[in-house]
Amino acid sequence: MLNNSFQDPGLSHKILNQISEYKKELRIMEVCGSHTMAIGKWALRKLLPPNIQLISGPGCPVCVTPVSYIDALISLKSLTITVFGDLLRLPGSLTTLETARAQGLDVRLVFSPLDALKIAQKQETVFAGIGFETTTPGIAHTIRLAQENNITNFSVLPAFKLIPPALKYLLLADDVEIDAFLLPGHVSAIIGSNAYSFLPAQFDTSGVISGFEPLDILLAIKMIIDILESGKNAIENEYQRVVSPSGNLQAQNIMNQVLYPRDACWRGLGIIPASGLAIKPEFSRFDATQKYDLDISYYEPPSPCRCADILKGKILPPQCPLFADSCSPAHPIGPCMVSSEGSCAAYYKYER
Amino acid sequence: MPLIINMKDKIITLAHGSGARLTQKLISIVFAASFNMTELSDYATIEHNMVVTTDAHVIKPLFFPGGDIGRLAVTGTVNDIAVSGAVPAYLLATFIIEEGFAVSDLQKIVASMQETALEAGVRIIAGDTKVVEKHNAEGLYITTTGIGFLPPNCHLSTSKIALNDNIFINNFIGEHTIAIINSRNQLNLNPPPCSDCAPLNHLIQKMLTCSDIHFMRDATRGGIATILNEVFDDCALGIIIEESALPISSPTQAISDLLGLEPLYMANEGVIVTFAASQPRQLLSTMQNHKYGKNAARIGYVTNEVKGVYLRTSLGSLRPLPMLNADPLPRIC
Ligand code: SF4
Repeated sequence: MLNNSFQDPGLSHKILNQISEYKKELRIMEVCGSHTMAIGKWALRKLLPPNIQLISGPGCPVCVTPVSYIDALISLKSLTITVFGDLLRLPGSLTTLETARAQGLDVRLVFSPLDALKIAQKQETVFAGIGFETTTPGIAHTIRLAQENNITNFSVLPAFKLIPPALKYLLLADDVEIDAFLLPGHVSAIIGSNAYSFLPAQFDTSGVISGFEPLDILLAIKMIIDILESGKNAIENEYQRVVSPSGNLQAQNIMNQVLYPRDACWRGLGIIPASGLAIKPEFSRFDATQKYDLDISYYEPPSPCRCADILKGKILPPQCPLFADSCSPAHPIGPCMVSSEGSCAAYYKYER
Repeated sequence: MPLIINMKDKIITLAHGSGARLTQKLISIVFAASFNMTELSDYATIEHNMVVTTDAHVIKPLFFPGGDIGRLAVTGTVNDIAVSGAVPAYLLATFIIEEGFAVSDLQKIVASMQETALEAGVRIIAGDTKVVEKHNAEGLYITTTGIGFLPPNCHLSTSKIALNDNIFINNFIGEHTIAIINSRNQLNLNPPPCSDCAPLNHLIQKMLTCSDIHFMRDATRGGIATILNEVFDDCALGIIIEESALPISSPTQAISDLLGLEPLYMANEGVIVTFAASQPRQLLSTMQNHKYGKNAARIGYVTNEVKGVYLRTSLGSLRPLPMLNADPLPRIC
């Protein structure tokens, strides 16, 4: 049953035909897990001509969360740990939260940080604060609520990540080849399309902000082609029904009030300058790293996982020798196999 | 038990109870290996025409829009019997109750069981009650065992599935899962989505008399996609599902999109998947004339165009619809 016009087969095929007229090699990186999922779900790679390659970048917040973060959560034995669903199966250095839960750790799945705050009214609770600009404002808001209502049982273990510094990092790395970005609709709704103006200005790279329906993505690809053909790099916005040039100022304000930029470790990529957000000193009693003296020293144990190359777009998941062999969603070795939005998991599910 | 060595998992996690690949693995490596079972079925035929099945019911919350654990305990077992082609007749019920449970709630649940049993035309004939210490169970668990009788010459099996068989379902998919997610997490959707929890034996009997049905299964844990994969594992015939034909209500679609979950993998409590030799019109109208088949649809077919289970998206592209290892987890954004 078609529930909206952005899934219209006729229109989609019309755009696909226009895209097929472009004969040059084109490597487009998407940096949003929801795009990875939508591309897999609609099997768009099978509809696109082979010269147009869609590469999945570091767009899944779970996949880029370091091992030490999971270890730190698992070390919190006597309190309640609240997490978003897909963090449960991310491997730490010894085990996952899912297995630790089976051994008695009090881990609860929540849909919103506000649920965690509710639990904190009864018992000491930590919320696993992971996410990009999309989820972070809600968590910052929850920290402020805890402050206002003096809910001292509540804290957040921060591993917030920012998209623009990651794009910069990818473009500076000399082993990454990307012609253009498919920019994330949800993140852009918060930060606004102006946040990407550095791409054409400093890196001669273009990008189009896209929604998540198949027609959105196909249109955005067509817009990328048009930009490249015009010979003048630019940022364009396919998702104008949601994304404005300056973004959601209220959400930006709340993030600025509670959090500040700091270097952050991305699993597989390493430390990226000013690519994370930490909790400001005024709110330090809600910062789990301080409250429980947690060391998230971002130690990455040696691993045969090739996620780093996948996140940089150098190889596709099936090119990892462990893919679908010793690494599968039941027993993920690397983070990209954990979250349903991870490139390896999406490939495992949709494109084998 | 040399097979145990292949089990990487050292302890049981919730993923082993999801109904997906990990559950299958647990059953085959731990249970089937020890009990010398060749088939991993959830019902068995004994004495030529007697079908027995058993099903444990654990659900949080115990009361939800569209049903409660009592109704579920009856419909789950009745439907398991009915999809074998047998007419369900008797149920036995075991109650494990946590110390401190309200008697009034227990009475409500038992009344609901009786009402559902009357609707299904089965009798609850025996049972057992155990009370466990506070915190050793969550409220109440119910296990029901069912007995039914096969009519002469009725034999449904994956071995009867043939090329060009049509695949039907009787109802919207995902409704039960969405109802439970909504009440468990207090998402406060308005109107609250209702579970599809219903005894389907009368509908199934009508279908069996009007059409050449080859195989049926109720699409509970793991959803439609898991069943189709089990069928493929058994008979090695390709299956194509048409996305545009799937009956999915708009609230279910919207919430699934939001949480990154796919209705095809969601548990249902009132949906059966049916493989039948082609005459879609007659079977569809029989289904649509029954109150539990109003949204019936032909969703796909058996084919040698593909090897495995595939979905044809509304855009016309084909993508695999594999069995998952465990329940999909709701995603972060
Ligand atoms: S298949 Fe597994 S090991 Fe290989 S890159 Fe992906 S997650 Fe890492």
